[in-house]
Amino acid sequence: MLHRQKAEKKPKKKHNKLTQRAKRGTLISWGYLSPSLIGVLLFFVLPFFVVIYYSMVDNPINHEFVFLDNFVKVATNKAFQQAAANTMKFSLVAVPLAVILSLLLAMMLDFKIPFRSQFRTFFLSPMMVPVASVILIWQVLFHYNGIVNDFIGLFGADKIDWLKSSHAQVVIVILFLWKNLGYNMILFMAALSSIPRDILEVAILESATQRQIFWYIKIRYLSSTILFVTIMSLINSFKVFREIYLLTGNYPYDTIYMMQHFMNNAFSQLDYQKLSAAAILMALVMVVIIGALFLTENYFGKDVEG
Amino acid sequence: MDDRKNSLKVQSPAEKRARKNSRKKQRRLLVKTALITMFAACFAVLFLMPIVLTVTNSFMSASEISANYGQVFATSDTGGKTYIASKVNLKFIPDMVSFSQYITVLFKSPEYLFKFWNSVILVVPIVIFQLLVAAGASYGFARYRGRLKEIIFFVYIILMLMPYQVTLVPNYLVSEWLNILDTRWAIWLPGIFSPFAVFLLTKYMRRIPESVMEAAQIDGAGEWQIFKSICMPLCKGALCSVAILIFIDYWNMVEQPLILLSDSEMHPLSVFLSKINEGEVGLAFAVATIYMVPPILVFLYGEDYLVEGITYQGGIKG
Repeated sequence: MLHRQKAEKKPKKKHNKLTQRAKRGTLISWGYLSPSLIGVLLFFVLPFFVVIYYSMVDNPINHEFVFLDNFVKVATNKAFQQAAANTMKFSLVAVPLAVILSLLLAMMLDFKIPFRSQFRTFFLSPMMVPVASVILIWQVLFHYNGIVNDFIGLFGADKIDWLKSSHAQVVIVILFLWKNLGYNMILFMAALSSIPRDILEVAILESATQRQIFWYIKIRYLSSTILFVTIMSLINSFKVFREIYLLTGNYPYDTIYMMQHFMNNAFSQLDYQKLSAAAILMALVMVVIIGALFLTENYFGKDVEG
Repeated sequence: MDDRKNSLKVQSPAEKRARKNSRKKQRRLLVKTALITMFAACFAVLFLMPIVLTVTNSFMSASEISANYGQVFATSDTGGKTYIASKVNLKFIPDMVSFSQYITVLFKSPEYLFKFWNSVILVVPIVIFQLLVAAGASYGFARYRGRLKEIIFFVYIILMLMPYQVTLVPNYLVSEWLNILDTRWAIWLPGIFSPFAVFLLTKYMRRIPESVMEAAQIDGAGEWQIFKSICMPLCKGALCSVAILIFIDYWNMVEQPLILLSDSEMHPLSVFLSKINEGEVGLAFAVATIYMVPPILVFLYGEDYLVEGITYQGGIKG
């Protein structure tokens, strides 16, 4: 009390005190931030500048500035082109499937079916299981004489050597979907449950059909989530190397030779120039994708939530 | 009484139609629910099959495995000694339940347990210290916000979204510079400072109303007290979510050890499992099963936290 009375008498001094305290608080908050900041600077940001530097010199000893030569070399590299094309092809197929199927799963669980929480657990469980644990069974399933071929044989189809032909991409897409659908589904479930109930009720009272409700209400409310899930799936699709490596090792069939394989080979040759240039090209692509993410979020943030 | 009976009996045609319609609607709803449930069940079977099969096959004896799956894993002709079926017989349930795989793994060949231990020792410090670093950093981001902090946070988001193809190159260069290449530190340090946990915790902490902290400040609490007694308890759920997400991610790691640890002695089980060769297939399923036990336990214990954590990721800026 006494303190307050004093402060009222000298409002100017109180103001000073407040700004002083805020200044001190800001300083302390930077202190809390500093361990992480130093680590991120040291392990990610600063070396990235070194990467940029390496990408523009001819070799680490000579340090002769060659500007874009390394990029041209990488971009015209056959292996790099193939890796980029394969990665792109994979993403073009896997991402739309990942979005549509996970939306389907979420809608199914949104419908009042029995055992909903159990189903959610089941759909989410692949996310928890390490890929390394299931590749054995995957190899058994997709073997030339395996059960998948037996199954398609029932329909009169010819046997396919799944992992050692251009069909390997199909196997990888399936594995990717198996692993990632649960994650996307959770995002969609959260979005579906945030659609205001009264809007849906009004629509039903106005005798809107299910299809109309889906297209005109749900999709509209989900649009920002759909874009978010699409972009996250795209980013996750770049990580599919893990599955491919575990399934087929360092030298997979041509059609599933991905960007990370290229990087691994470059690492084993310790070709810093190639590595740096490839990493920067990749980073540029990512910046475009992330930019799209932010733009859509800004756009839809205003549109839907308001 | 009579009046009421009459009113029940005599229905206007419109009422009758409405009743019929609603019954029809109910029946249709029932059929629809049944169909969707069946559909969901089919999906559930597909999702669970690889996991369940791995577990059930871990109870096969080694000879049964080489008989059924010999073709899949044989790299060369094994000679006429063992029987290998001409087809790959997928077994849902082994002919004879045996624990021989587990006995071999647990008591006779310690190298698998050693690799398992490798996984543990690589992952656990990352989970603990990334959480600690991130808790502080997220408090720093959430309090006294300013333009500079927003920019730095933006950089964190971009870093978080970068794939390994990009981040592993800087990590490698620093590890080389610090002379920690081929030691566990090369995995630990980039993991500990990974921006992921910072991002998620900051998003959560920004939802704590400013007034709560201001009230504490007026009551004379210092920053440390606010952090320790207000923010951390309020973030307990988020900390659990983040811990689970970090754990799954690193338990599954493949890229980092491949590049940063050239000594395969230190590789975690996740990398090692893919290199299991012909002679060891007899116990591979047991190893795979043992490897999924920790994340599955975490999952069963913390599914709700996991779901909450994923939901928080919905929307980057929050």
